[in-house]
Amino acid sequence: MSNAKPTNSRKVVTNIVLWVVLCILLLLFVFPFFIVVVNVFKTRADITSSPLSLVGEHGFTLANFPSAMSKMNFWTVFGNSLFITISATTLTVIFSAMAAYVIVRNPHWKFGSLLFALMIASMVIPFQVLMVPLVSVYGGMLGVLNSRITLILMHVGFSVSLATFMFHGAIKTNIPLELEESANIDGCTKWRTFWQIVFPLLKPTVATVTIIDAMAFWNDYLLPSLVLGRKQLYTIPIATQAFYGTYSTDIGLVMAALLLAMLPILILYVFLQRYVVAGVTSGAVKG
Amino acid sequence: MFAGPAGVLFFAVVIIPFFYGLYLTFTSWNGVSLDKPFVGFANYQAAFADTAYWQSLGRTVVYSVISVILVNVVAFGLAYLVTLGIKGQNFFRAGFFIPNLIGGIVLGYVWKFVFNRAFVAIGDMMNASGNTPSLLSTPNGALFCLILVSVWQYAGYMMLIYVAGFMSVDNSLKEAALIDGCTQTRAMWSVIIPLMRSSFVQCIFLSTTRCFMVYDLNLSLTKGEPFNSTVLAAMHVYNQAFVYKNYGVGQAEALILFVICAVIGVLQVYIGKKGEVAA
Repeated sequence: MSNAKPTNSRKVVTNIVLWVVLCILLLLFVFPFFIVVVNVFKTRADITSSPLSLVGEHGFTLANFPSAMSKMNFWTVFGNSLFITISATTLTVIFSAMAAYVIVRNPHWKFGSLLFALMIASMVIPFQVLMVPLVSVYGGMLGVLNSRITLILMHVGFSVSLATFMFHGAIKTNIPLELEESANIDGCTKWRTFWQIVFPLLKPTVATVTIIDAMAFWNDYLLPSLVLGRKQLYTIPIATQAFYGTYSTDIGLVMAALLLAMLPILILYVFLQRYVVAGVTSGAVKG
Repeated sequence: MFAGPAGVLFFAVVIIPFFYGLYLTFTSWNGVSLDKPFVGFANYQAAFADTAYWQSLGRTVVYSVISVILVNVVAFGLAYLVTLGIKGQNFFRAGFFIPNLIGGIVLGYVWKFVFNRAFVAIGDMMNASGNTPSLLSTPNGALFCLILVSVWQYAGYMMLIYVAGFMSVDNSLKEAALIDGCTQTRAMWSVIIPLMRSSFVQCIFLSTTRCFMVYDLNLSLTKGEPFNSTVLAAMHVYNQAFVYKNYGVGQAEALILFVICAVIGVLQVYIGKKGEVAA
């Protein structure tokens, strides 16, 4: 115990050094976002002449925002993204929890095991293999593209396999069968047992699946770009891409559009970061 | 009935298109007409003869190998730093994860600005003669940019997996090794890293598949330029099908990608299982 003091002070010094190192690393990590934030309040001429200065020669301006917002149809596009993400995530959680439940509880049911095996096997299929047939079947033959509902159902179809897999693990290890048996004896139907007893116990997995899928749906570009052809249906990633294609030279507008595209999820992250970090970590352990 | 909705949607968008796509590789469909003339293996012959495709595939392998190594080194380092127990480590974890919140399209445009304007301005400041070319304007530079952005993005994600790995290692094992006269470095190599094997397997395969299939970032950051020198495999397949309207050939090339992915997937299961037995 006599040498407790020097060790402690050395520990404090290492901790401070570490802390400074981490701060520098973090600054490097957020540097690109910082650059965008700095330039969004400058005029086009100022961005071109000095992209690194904090304030432009012509001073501070907010003019980029209203113009970018109206040109990329921000509120419509934001609404589309929100609607599609929320609906697709909710449906994925409900459908895959239900599917996982019957599959776990009926191990001798042939179709269930086959479905589960196919779902696991399908996880190695890259999207590129499915995109041409998808467009061919749903665009050419059935003509149901250009609809948000189609996109939502496709999102759900693509994500149920991983979600079912995660719920399958959770139900198998965490939900005691006795609980359901006693509910059954008390005259509870299967449907009610699932919703009132099993589903509430799955909360941690629901959170993980929600976070992983919501982020994937919100940011997805390729599938929505194939399904949604009309401007009014665009989601944020497609609108950003289209906007860049048209206004790439008007760099002030581009900065505003990029910031607008990032802002909703960054704001949400400030409040939910604990859950996001926990969700991704536990999803990683299971997946 | 419980499995109904999930099963129907899954079959509708994954299983049926998969087999239908297999059929499409034997036809020469132009994307519009209803009849799809049967052409046998002609599409596969065209795919094997398509040098641009094999070049893009080779480029993808180079890009993936370098990115995967760097992603995992950086991620492991970050994970180590944020599990030492210093103040605010949760804040740092959350901070390093930020790039993963945003989709590849938006990130690509953000970085395009950074490479084309900000880095050029920094270069001009340091170089008296001015006129620094953008990294994105040369083939190797552009590929380097793709790698840099991928590492920057995925490192935060893989870091969280490694953090979970670090936390799963019982601290008493490390302490026992230290008491037995092990140095810190030795304890890391001989005790902690072997116990984190599953995290490594998972991170390496996750980053490999992500890098191999990258499309959004490729589209927004380089668009395959300069001179088609940064077209990665996923973009080549997309262009073949939807830009040049060679649906049959594009689909055949996509299936070759699938075979590669399937091999990677099987390897992952195999190596993962082997590790479980050993542990």
